[in-house]
Amino acid sequence: MKVKVLYFASVREKLGKDAEDLDLPADVATVAGLRSHLRARGGAWAEAMAEGKLLRAALNQDMAQPAAAIKAGDEVAFFPPVTGG
Amino acid sequence: MKISVQSGDFDVGLEIRNISKNNSIGAVASFVGLVRDVAMTLEHYPGMTERAIEKIVDEAKSRWQVLDCAVIHRYGALQPNDQIVMVAVASGHRGDAFAACEFIMDYLKTQAPFWKKEQTAEGTRWVEAKSADDKAAERWK
Repeated sequence: MKVKVLYFASVREKLGKDAEDLDLPADVATVAGLRSHLRARGGAWAEAMAEGKLLRAALNQDMAQPAAAIKAGDEVAFFPPVTGG
Repeated sequence: MKISVQSGDFDVGLEIRNISKNNSIGAVASFVGLVRDVAMTLEHYPGMTERAIEKIVDEAKSRWQVLDCAVIHRYGALQPNDQIVMVAVASGHRGDAFAACEFIMDYLKTQAPFWKKEQTAEGTRWVEAKSADDKAAERWK
């Protein structure tokens, strides 16, 4: 399943990457699943995606809960809690 | 209705005049946020940002009478005292205008994908989200 993954702010800086196209294994089916999948890369990924880390996610440009299901062609983004205004 | 995410500055007076043209408007409430103390760079999520603000405005419209409104948020490099954000709501009466304006601002703080990075004498640092902002948004639930 192909998806686009985006990273913003401190997450983007830590990973040294702002976007990538991924072909996910069949068992990665939710936002939380994708986060674990990325965490398993180790190094900066393990840190940026760590379980205790306060992260927000968006699915197709809407704020998303960890349990949200992802499907082929989706755009998923990971970022810290927002600080605009 | 105007929603704009832009790098350039805005003219609050002009924006207020532009949303005050309907004869049934009796009140316009507005808020302007400024950069305090230190220079900063604002990053955002192009595409999602506009969409998130539209959703917040739609929610405000479902709760109060909003005859017109303008929400403008800047991104990029900003200096102390620069304008960052403005929200202006036009309504028949002040109660709805005040409430909708405050609601949009509170939700924008927690739902719109912007991130501030401050430039201090010691270097740059990402601003941490405040739990007070979450509380401010929660009281509207």
